[in-house]
Amino acid sequence: MKKENLYNYILGIADNSLILGQRMGELCGHGPSLETDIACTNISLDLFGQVRSYFQYASKIAGDGRTEDDIAMLRKEREYKNVLLVEQPNTDFAYTLGRQFLFDVYHLAFLKELQKSTDLTLSAIANKCVKEVSYHERFSSDWIKRLGDGTEESKQKMQEAINDLWTYTDELFHQTDADKAMVAEGIGVDVTKLKENYYSDVSQVLEKATLQVPVSKYFQKGGKQGIHTEHLGYLLSDLQYMQRTYPNMEW
Amino acid sequence: MSEEQIRSLERQFDERISRDEKIEPKDWMPEKYRKTHIRQMSQHAHSEIVGMLPEGNWITRAPSLRRKVALLAKVQDEAGHGLYLYSATETLGISRDEMYEQLHTGKAKYSSIFNYPTITWADMGAIGWLVDGAAIINQVPLCNTSYGPYARAMIRVCKEESFHQRQGFEIMMKLANGTPEQKDMAQDALNRWWWPSLMMLGPTDDVSVHTEQSMKWKLKRKSNDDLRQQFIDQTVPQAELIGLTIPDPDLKWNEERGSYDFGEIDWDEFWQVVKGHGPMNKERMKARVGAWERGEWVRDAAMAHAEKKRYRSEKKAV
Repeated sequence: MKKENLYNYILGIADNSLILGQRMGELCGHGPSLETDIACTNISLDLFGQVRSYFQYASKIAGDGRTEDDIAMLRKEREYKNVLLVEQPNTDFAYTLGRQFLFDVYHLAFLKELQKSTDLTLSAIANKCVKEVSYHERFSSDWIKRLGDGTEESKQKMQEAINDLWTYTDELFHQTDADKAMVAEGIGVDVTKLKENYYSDVSQVLEKATLQVPVSKYFQKGGKQGIHTEHLGYLLSDLQYMQRTYPNMEW
Repeated sequence: MSEEQIRSLERQFDERISRDEKIEPKDWMPEKYRKTHIRQMSQHAHSEIVGMLPEGNWITRAPSLRRKVALLAKVQDEAGHGLYLYSATETLGISRDEMYEQLHTGKAKYSSIFNYPTITWADMGAIGWLVDGAAIINQVPLCNTSYGPYARAMIRVCKEESFHQRQGFEIMMKLANGTPEQKDMAQDALNRWWWPSLMMLGPTDDVSVHTEQSMKWKLKRKSNDDLRQQFIDQTVPQAELIGLTIPDPDLKWNEERGSYDFGEIDWDEFWQVVKGHGPMNKERMKARVGAWERGEWVRDAAMAHAEKKRYRSEKKAV
């Protein structure tokens, strides 16, 4: 492939939206209230919309006949490049919101930088996504504050979720080879530069939510290299079921 | 209020309805009108919410990104319909929590069709095409019903439903024109959803208990049997168009009536499902009650937080 780094770079971005969208889609019809149900479905819908834009572009770059669906649904588990954070399960609403919040803060900062990409397609996609993700970030931050500064029970649950998910945050700022190559070309975002602001933004919200900012220095990584947690395989079984069972068909 | 006064109010009320005037929440209305509307409107709202489950079942497994996005949007529309139907019902003096309570305890009903399982992707097509198709036939007349908030809600609901129906038909068409395996999947879904869809139009006129009063209040414009005939006459040519067979050996065009004759509906099955013993009644209720119970601490936290915020801003103001 001629533009292999660009292709891999796009997949790295899109896989986060794909896997998180799939997780949020699981909740449809099962939310704690009708309003939150609609909001979670809406976030899922936005994320899959983004995925389509990215994969349609990736499909064009690959130029080997693979469609957006082939790229989304017909890779092996080791070929998915999403961060470990987004594949974590919907243990309860605190984990769902905690995962969303910890990703949204990063996602928004990332997209704001991607808007400046010299790749016009990527910057156009970022322009569209940034509006949606600002809404996601507002929604999840508000809920962190509500649940943190709500009842004793909600505070405890929210704190536990943040503590557990914290270990997956550092990976957001790791660079792959494709990342480095794209940064050098002015196409990609240098995620290492987002780290400081990220932790300060996240901490501000947690403090407002009367929650403790975790202090752990031990972090998990591997998602960007395709080494995932055990959760991903099950998620992919659902995601890929139809494409695997009924190959080469139009839907 | 004396009986004489009430009778006079009732007369005026009936006259307003026959003049096609809308009844609004603050207007006087007979208690029976209020109760009947709470029953029907909340049942309608519950159907939207429970109806999210059979389709939600396929969101994570949709075969393509395009279909996944469309399905998410559709189920989200249903949640939206639920939301404004609950709000419209609240104008009659009942809270959403009370309506949920009635649903969860089995006091309130929802459309029986959602007690059937969605076992293949083609069921997403069949539900859109047939179930939403039958729902539209039931609902279009409600856009002119006498209770203002319900009529206005239904105008929006119907617009979206007709979009869903086309979307469902398009899923079926794609399958029917696909590989033999896909065509089988489509035919199988039609076989399973056809009869329950006919049952959605309600029991036959001779046993339907609510018809007469509902006609007067414009909650109904046509009888169940007429609606069913309309649904069949509209759907059979659509099935033919995409090369699928309606699973009814007695289905035959009747030149004289200008309509299709059709076979006997299994009303025992209908009543079994209505009474709570369909294939998925228990699972659907378990899913709804489970979501509600698991969400309790979230709702409590939101209330507590709002309370704290209010307290703080009041303190600041002082």
